[in-house]
Amino acid sequence: MMNVSVQDEMRKVYTNTLLSLAEEDENIVVLDADLMVANGTKAFYQRFPQRAFDVGAAEANMVGIASGLSATGKIPFAGTFACFASRRVFDQFYLSANYAQLNVKLIGTDPGVTATSNGGTHMAFEDLALMRTIPEITIVEPADNVSLRSLLPQVAREKGCAYIRIDRKSSPVIYDESEGFQLGKAKVLRDGTDCTIIAAGIVLVPEAVKAAEILKSRGISAAVLDMHTISPLDEGAVLEYAEKTGFVLTCENHQVNGGLGSAVAEVLGEKRPTPMKRIGASGLFGQVGSLEYLKEAYGMTAEKIASACLEGLERKA
Amino acid sequence: MDEQDRETLTAKAQDIRITTIRSIGASGGGHIGGSMSIVEVLTILYYRYMQVDSQNPGKSDRDRLVVSKGHAGPTLYSILADLGFFSEDWLQTLNQGGTNLPSHCDKNRTPGIDMSTGSLGQGLSAAVGMALGLRLDQLSSRVFALIGDGESHEGQIWEAAMSASHFKLSNLIAFTDYNKLALDGCVDEVMSLNDITSKWVSFGWHTQRVDGHSFDQLERAIDKALAEPCRPSMIVLDTIKGKGCSFAEGKVESHKMSFTSKEAEKAVSQLTGKEGE
Repeated sequence: MMNVSVQDEMRKVYTNTLLSLAEEDENIVVLDADLMVANGTKAFYQRFPQRAFDVGAAEANMVGIASGLSATGKIPFAGTFACFASRRVFDQFYLSANYAQLNVKLIGTDPGVTATSNGGTHMAFEDLALMRTIPEITIVEPADNVSLRSLLPQVAREKGCAYIRIDRKSSPVIYDESEGFQLGKAKVLRDGTDCTIIAAGIVLVPEAVKAAEILKSRGISAAVLDMHTISPLDEGAVLEYAEKTGFVLTCENHQVNGGLGSAVAEVLGEKRPTPMKRIGASGLFGQVGSLEYLKEAYGMTAEKIASACLEGLERKA
Repeated sequence: MDEQDRETLTAKAQDIRITTIRSIGASGGGHIGGSMSIVEVLTILYYRYMQVDSQNPGKSDRDRLVVSKGHAGPTLYSILADLGFFSEDWLQTLNQGGTNLPSHCDKNRTPGIDMSTGSLGQGLSAAVGMALGLRLDQLSSRVFALIGDGESHEGQIWEAAMSASHFKLSNLIAFTDYNKLALDGCVDEVMSLNDITSKWVSFGWHTQRVDGHSFDQLERAIDKALAEPCRPSMIVLDTIKGKGCSFAEGKVESHKMSFTSKEAEKAVSQLTGKEGE
């Protein structure tokens, strides 16, 4: 995969990584629902016209066709906006793909606040919550292009359905090019002893790192975990850092119920009750605005993360 | 179709109907109406057209069948058991806890079932995907799909219809079980389908309409569909819901009915003309 540049827009890194995989595996096919241009998969249609299917604005049919293709041994990557991939076609993805134990990879783009100018109708704050209820599913939200490039081939190789949550137009790079990632294993971005920040995705992982810097300036040592695989969750890392630091804060570009925060709370609640707080959209619908405006509106900023940690540390004491 | 073929298929359909009434009866009832209306089409498909292997149900160059109206599983189970995909004893376990024969088709539980279905409207899309996949692999296998008339109220059916003709899937042959009855009443009273054949024609399908209980008409229509070079085919089957099961035939309530093995035996006797013997 090293021939795939990580400096490009995330959608281009996604497509180039898929192209690289498709050169080696003729079973990889791509589907879109009239968002081929928006999701940046056009290059796949040009390179493999027989293996790419744009079905028009018919997401339910796209997921059904992907399931049928999978039933003949293909490995379909079907993409649409995260709001449609989850809310709109949940039953199709649940039954035709997952319940049927097929091998469909569903890509949800522009999740949460990254939907920016498309606004509230397109702002998926609940896709992780929905997907997390599906037995045996793999859910991945890479925080940057390096991790996307590393994790996508692992998702392709692992048999079973997956939901992958990525941005389209930004070009996030937070890791060194040579960094490796393992599906299902949290990446420890920063070790720490006083509190743990568990974050996912391109919006919150960088804010979590910034928050750790703010905390450091106040003499607080915060660990930061990039939980790129939300399902199956790396319970070992969650428990280890809960024990080590005694307070856990989760950060997600999603509503606080049902997503990463809930996943972590479920593990800690049952196995090691630990004070925690959750950063994310809290009881609110999406809305239109710039990324910066929306991050402020939903409290998805380093400052909010740092102050939540400070509050949490008081509870810990 | 010559006389002997017709007689053989008719006898087989009779057996399948009897086995299905009994298996549903053994479970205390179920989707009898929509299981009876499709007996002839499934019989001619499995005993005349489909290339499948009970000893190797997953072989890649087999023909596929997607029963999108997944509640009609029991008829398919009777056929698959008869063909040796699994033991006929299984038919007595229909819908019981731990069974491999659930009311709705499940590809991971039942050998010979190609797609899990039950949430109406989804199976035809999967059939489109299978047809695309087989074509990519340059296999000459065909995909058959069976949808309900009530199921045709689902919007996804028409999404799939559009895509199959767009992708020129001549290896896809679908049937509509047009028994004119949905769960809540007559299909056209619940939600009018208007001219169903014109709809498929306008969606770009090679479309025929035949008596779904006539083997001669079914054979002619399937042969024509198989010869169609560049379009998917729809064969609208005029059928009778509950066909051949005395207490269910033509009845709206037959979509899902409770009945006992005793009532099943009575229906079987009437069907075979041996009532009271």
